[in-house]
Amino acid sequence: MHIDPKVIETAAKELYIRALKILPDDVKQGFDALAARETSATAKEVLGTMIRNIAVAEETDNLLCQDTGIPIYNVTIGRGVEFGANDGVALKAAIRRGCERATREHPLRSSIVHPLTRHNAHTSCGIGVPVIHIDVADDVEGLKIEMIPKGSGSENNSWLKMAVPAEGTDAVKTFVVDCVLDAGGRTCPPTIVGVGVGGTADLCVHLAKRAAIRPLGTCCADPEGARLESELSAAVNLLGVGPQGLGGDATAFAVHVELAATHITMNPVAVNMQCHSARRASATITPEGVRYGF
Amino acid sequence: MAHHELTTPVTEARVRALRVDDTVTLQGTLFGIRDATQIALFDRGRKTRFDLAGHAVIHTAPNVRRVAPSAEHPTGYAPVCVGTTTSSRMERFTRSLLAQCGVRLIIGKGGLGGASLAAFGELGGAYLAVIGGTAALETTWVEAIEDVDLDDLNPESLWRFRVRDFGPLRVAMDSHGGSVYAAVDAGARGKRAAALAALGVKVR
Repeated sequence: MHIDPKVIETAAKELYIRALKILPDDVKQGFDALAARETSATAKEVLGTMIRNIAVAEETDNLLCQDTGIPIYNVTIGRGVEFGANDGVALKAAIRRGCERATREHPLRSSIVHPLTRHNAHTSCGIGVPVIHIDVADDVEGLKIEMIPKGSGSENNSWLKMAVPAEGTDAVKTFVVDCVLDAGGRTCPPTIVGVGVGGTADLCVHLAKRAAIRPLGTCCADPEGARLESELSAAVNLLGVGPQGLGGDATAFAVHVELAATHITMNPVAVNMQCHSARRASATITPEGVRYGF
Repeated sequence: MAHHELTTPVTEARVRALRVDDTVTLQGTLFGIRDATQIALFDRGRKTRFDLAGHAVIHTAPNVRRVAPSAEHPTGYAPVCVGTTTSSRMERFTRSLLAQCGVRLIIGKGGLGGASLAAFGELGGAYLAVIGGTAALETTWVEAIEDVDLDDLNPESLWRFRVRDFGPLRVAMDSHGGSVYAAVDAGARGKRAAALAALGVKVR
């Protein structure tokens, strides 16, 4: 299968709009689970408002949240895709055009500005934005594009600590708890707390983002990582920050951990959070057509 | 835990009657304000033709659609999605909003800090929590964009919305030193040791 830039462009546009309007099923189920075990009356009410908003967005065909986020497109080149020398450039250009078209044609608020002049081109695009990651996999059929409109309230709560080996795993655990405390209500809890452990500084932060956008109910592929995320999920929900930081049990849907090997002298840990409007959408493009999902 | 129906503008006495955990539903005019709006007003000395005295502002930058100006959409903007943003980024503007513009109510999410709480006490103001990330619902409380100023800052213009049954909002910071956020933060930090113990962390 050869990549048709027109198909990519349309998918990139549709994905941005779909992601902003329809929450994935795993997040909806996450809300139900939190509401069922919440013991604070205030928090139950807040969760109820959030659940009602999901329905209102679908009924009125509107955006879940006013923040259109920083657009991120994660592209996976799977089996059966012919990817020639110029296809990468064409792919990136098509995604950028789709992102611009979503902004102009829906219309959406362009949340993207030049970092120094703060000029807004009203396209949701700028230097290096949309963020586009291209990867390969042999367990994906065709071309898969995942779109994340990453909200700034949660993105502004991102941290990296270059801990040292003598501090051990305790440093990782303490850091995560302290980040959740420092974030308070500013991240729009309940959140998915993404934790990166290992790698280099930049890889560690990237892993934290991958963890934050991973579907609820999935586990870290590494058994030690899976155990750590399960322990951390229980611990952060002991703190009582609650939905919107107004108090309650439901501080996080889950803590997700992603790992990479690291250097003998290093012990890096990064945290990146996803807000309760944990939006994502995906499209799988095969010779049969485009299939949208989460 | 009283409920207050407030039509803006409001008096200082009405605002001082608000207590943490009360609820408020707003009617009438609501102004939308954001980082760039306040940088323009308070750091760069720009002026607005709007009179904010006694009014409520919400930390927002809405999604809007350009339409032909009409009675329904006098500014040529129709609201698409109006929500809120994290208030704490704009902490340093609270006192100016109250002292220079006469604003009485700030609506947002995530709360404001100690300097804002002090300003609410001294000048008579309160912070009302709206639920962040529930903009589809909040948009149904917005009747129209009545006017807009400083629109070169779009979407961070100074918006004047007409709202109906905007709420219920929760009084999260009041003029008597009460702050839900400070109380929740203190409580959560008090549980830090227990959370770390549950994780088997040895405190060195």
